[in-house]
Amino acid sequence: MFDDLAELYQDVILEHSKRPRHGQRLACFDADAKGDNPMCGDRVQLFVRHAADGRIEDVGFEARGCAISVASADLMAEVLRGRTDEEARQMAEKFRELARTGKLAEGAAGAADEALETLQPLAGVHGYPSRVKCATLPWHALIAALQGRKEAGSE
Amino acid sequence: MNVVSLAKEPAAKSLAEARADFPILGQRVHGRPLVFLDSAASAQKPRAVIAAMVETMETQYANVHRGLHWMSERTTEAYEAARRAAARVLNAREAEEIVFVRNSTEAINLVAHSYGRGVLRAGQAVLISEMEHHSNIVPWQLLREARGTELRVAPVSDAGELDLETFERLLGDGKVGLVAITHMSNVLGTVTPAGRIVRMAHAAGARVLLDGSQAIVHRPVDVQALDADFYVFTGHKLYGPTGIGVLWARRELLERMPPFLGGGEMISEVTFERSTWATVPHKFEAGTPAIIEAIGLGAAIRYVEEIGYPAITAHEAALTGHALARLASIPGLRVLGQAEDRGGVVSFTLERVHAHDVATLLDRSGIAVRAGHHCAEPLMRRFGVDSTARASFALYTTMGEIDALAEALAKVREFFR
Repeated sequence: MFDDLAELYQDVILEHSKRPRHGQRLACFDADAKGDNPMCGDRVQLFVRHAADGRIEDVGFEARGCAISVASADLMAEVLRGRTDEEARQMAEKFRELARTGKLAEGAAGAADEALETLQPLAGVHGYPSRVKCATLPWHALIAALQGRKEAGSE
Repeated sequence: MNVVSLAKEPAAKSLAEARADFPILGQRVHGRPLVFLDSAASAQKPRAVIAAMVETMETQYANVHRGLHWMSERTTEAYEAARRAAARVLNAREAEEIVFVRNSTEAINLVAHSYGRGVLRAGQAVLISEMEHHSNIVPWQLLREARGTELRVAPVSDAGELDLETFERLLGDGKVGLVAITHMSNVLGTVTPAGRIVRMAHAAGARVLLDGSQAIVHRPVDVQALDADFYVFTGHKLYGPTGIGVLWARRELLERMPPFLGGGEMISEVTFERSTWATVPHKFEAGTPAIIEAIGLGAAIRYVEEIGYPAITAHEAALTGHALARLASIPGLRVLGQAEDRGGVVSFTLERVHAHDVATLLDRSGIAVRAGHHCAEPLMRRFGVDSTARASFALYTTMGEIDALAEALAKVREFFR
């Protein structure tokens, strides 16, 4: 009955939404932000810890939301480890493009490339306009956290 | 009312025929027949409404109350006929007690602004309930900030009914100047005991505003029998167009209230020194109104009157009973609210599946439901949920559509297992 939903709810997404690996508050963090989507009530609280060299060491989150937003937060936490803030920002840009169009922007390069492969299963949301914001919400929270803001709106 | 005992296909042939009056219901979505169970958000429109609006624009359109010419006179007559239809459907004493506004939200804001700021005093309280739509919460918070009125909230029981004992206690000190409460919850489907609420409020010296946005779609409303002071509803949920709603208030209240918006139409005389106001209801209808929409609403009311509330109420009670019975058999599904007296709105959560995912999967089955907090966040918190999925029924909903929902929900559960 839901055959045509396989592109949106890929196994990877279902798996990460049911058993997120990073779905908890970090005991120790130096940046955090809340992402809220007031229209639908999705909320994600993000915690980021940087290592001494300035790279992101760990990311955790507490979310209440749909399968897409939880899986997106979990996959994001996975790909951010070891990145600089600048790389993280570039990834956020590219991910938003991927979620909106289903395609990667020209010139995706280097570290972002590999990461985007991990995020590729979320590309299916582009066919569901009302769900794109579910996937991008954790990334908005990330940008807010890196900028030292405590709150991020969604698109 | 035991709705479950009514759970058989209603015999009303007129309703089966009525479905054909809604052209959109023949559409297919994602290759499947449309099953539209989101009428509480906004209802679909019958041909009679669409035709009335098109005909107005094609044959007689002009501004109202202004032109001394045939077109304007015809349009003014149709616009005022819509006002009479609104008065009739509420059983108001007179059409002059009907103020056309954009929607229920604007009607409540009008009362909060004009009656709230003009008549209520600092130290007085506005009493609402825990199951209000944001549109019947936020205007009173704005009033509180502007005028120093207090905002009190009457709780809702686990069954989703108004806690009348606490409600009466909150009225006890005589400080409540206005009770503003829903006549039917857009989340729980609960129909509130409006008559009793009014009696209790009046005994405590408070006026009563009833938000009938949902109730009037499902039940006959008689503002005189209810002895209400204000009643608001919106056109688009009552099979009419968007952009038009109704505020009814007792004439003496409308006359006491200062204007809401200033401009054309609402004045008697204007000089740079001072202006005087038009009589009611025009005092509250500044600027060119939603003429075509009002005429559409008039057609919607006439359509509902033709089918008749007894048939609509019986049909929806049968649908709701059937839906509650079918949903109860789905493991992990929890329905919010079990009020004795309820209309055709059913909110539910499904274990381990977020409401948005439920809605997306149902959508791919051609079934439209709403998912989210339904503009009632405090109520969501009261029931310990972030969001729910909501199926809502209308006069055109069929038993087969309820079955389609139940079957699809069972499959949603499988999908996320």
